[in-house]
Amino acid sequence: MGVMAPASTPGLEDDNWGETTTVVTGTSEHSISHDDITRITKDMEDSAHLDCSRHLGVALAGALALLAFLTPLAFMLLPQLLWREELEPCGTPCEGLFISVAFKLLILLLGSWALFFRRPKAFFPRVFVFRALLMVLVFLLVVSYWLFYGVRILDSRDRNYQGIVQYAVSLVDALLFVHYLAVVLLELRQLQPQFTLKAVRSTDGASRFYNVGHLSIQRAAIWILENYYHDFPVYNPALLNLPKSVLSKKMSGFKVYSLGEENTTNNSTGQSRAVIAAAARRRDNSHNEYYYEEAEHERRVRKRRARLVVAVEEAFTHIKRLQDEDQKNPREIMDPREAAQAIFASMARAMQKYLRTTKQQPYHTMESILQHLEFCITHDMTPKAFLERYLSAGPTIQYHKDRWLAKQWTLVSEEPVTNGLKDGVVFVLKRHDFSLVISTKKIPFFKLSEEFVDPKSHKFVMRLQSETSV
Amino acid sequence: MSYVPGQPVTAVVQRIEIHKLRQGDNLILGFSIGGGIDQDPTQNPFSEDKTDKGIYVTRVTEGGPAEIAGLQIGDKIMQVNGWDMTMVTHDQARKRLTKRNEEVVRLLVTRQSLQKDCLEKVHVPNCGKHYFLLSLVKLTVVKF
Repeated sequence: MGVMAPASTPGLEDDNWGETTTVVTGTSEHSISHDDITRITKDMEDSAHLDCSRHLGVALAGALALLAFLTPLAFMLLPQLLWREELEPCGTPCEGLFISVAFKLLILLLGSWALFFRRPKAFFPRVFVFRALLMVLVFLLVVSYWLFYGVRILDSRDRNYQGIVQYAVSLVDALLFVHYLAVVLLELRQLQPQFTLKAVRSTDGASRFYNVGHLSIQRAAIWILENYYHDFPVYNPALLNLPKSVLSKKMSGFKVYSLGEENTTNNSTGQSRAVIAAAARRRDNSHNEYYYEEAEHERRVRKRRARLVVAVEEAFTHIKRLQDEDQKNPREIMDPREAAQAIFASMARAMQKYLRTTKQQPYHTMESILQHLEFCITHDMTPKAFLERYLSAGPTIQYHKDRWLAKQWTLVSEEPVTNGLKDGVVFVLKRHDFSLVISTKKIPFFKLSEEFVDPKSHKFVMRLQSETSV
Repeated sequence: MSYVPGQPVTAVVQRIEIHKLRQGDNLILGFSIGGGIDQDPTQNPFSEDKTDKGIYVTRVTEGGPAEIAGLQIGDKIMQVNGWDMTMVTHDQARKRLTKRNEEVVRLLVTRQSLQKDCLEKVHVPNCGKHYFLLSLVKLTVVKF
């Protein structure tokens, strides 16, 4: 979206040598239609794929893991390869150690696969501190083992093979403990809830509360986003504005004409003061209009909804599932798609009118409605189950992926995003047309005390209906 | 002791004179009442006849003026300062007892033990001088 052109050809005497003409066409005064916006977001997402640093991290971790895995094997194999004749024979203890190494490596492999080999769910803006810490730890461990191995065993050609195998086993044990540390740091620490996060959408105020444990700000942001897609109702820009008839009344104020002299400063301030005073004195009735407009809209929505429900119910009575014992002409047997198309016509008009009244028509194309109808018919759903999707605005993840799901979010925070959550931290997750404001509160420390109640202590007496003390 | 419409009510009563105690801004008597013609008589634990809608003493505070004067829990109050209490609402009864300009209330109360002791054995001197028969329609006080 930016065009850079050199200001002048080289060699010319130019006063404006340093200036490059950068034309940014994104901020034009023309309004951008919704299709443009989706195209823009697609471009941004595509460019994110080409980001190399994400792959660099994964490649590094993979290389380190491979190194750590192969090191014990190398420790045990190198003496065999290099000075086999000088080695002391080592019978049963070595075999036992070989078996234990084999199984421990297998366990390590399975554990690492379970813990680390997952599709990354998000791309963090900053390095993930715990993961980096663990990689550094593993690296130091392996390097120090190699150092000692090189100095004590390779150089001096140690003959005690059992000792060498035990050395390799100790490395595997250390790696298993590092894996345990990884489980605790990456998975277990955040499970116990410590904070309550309130997420509010900036455009229409939809809000939810979530309980999380100790997380860094970026991880908490990812958690919120995962829950946003299935908790928050879909963002509908058409529902934001007050109806025009309410707002337009405000605009009509007083028109002040100045007769005679041209505007001096005294005159204009006098005029504006008069306008303001007059506007303040005039009774503002726009709340009244808003109320009646709302009531009227409610009534209209209910009427359309009633028509829709009746139409759908009637449509569903036209088809039924074929039982095996029914003998039907093969021409009359339909698959779900055809059945859906057959009954769609009778409810199409009512559906269209309802969607238009509730301003949901951009979200549901005819094709999507047909697909949903086919889905409901296949699974023997009632008309009410079919309508559940249209009568209330569902969460964002319910709608077709290409249009409404966006993967690019911006995290805005005053504190560095790798900091842990604390009481009172506020950060914002931005999209280009709305944002989620998230504030943190610490879950209070509960003091629970105990009170013992003897089951025999429950005794009652009759009371006169009304007793007054005089 | 219950009320049969049209028939005079006869009961053996004890006259109790309570001097109200001043507590701050209030004058208190030191007991609680229950019952009344607007209340449910079946809830009354002290009445012998469960259709009796009279005013009963449900609680007597220890060391209070009522206890000192000899009022007992379960007593049925028949009159307060000459005003009838057998056919009043709960609130009317409360008002009759808590008039601010009266320092002394004279109650006529009855209880089961009085009935048993006196009505069957009219001539036994155990009844004592303080109990007398009250007949409400004729309002004659029989003293013996």
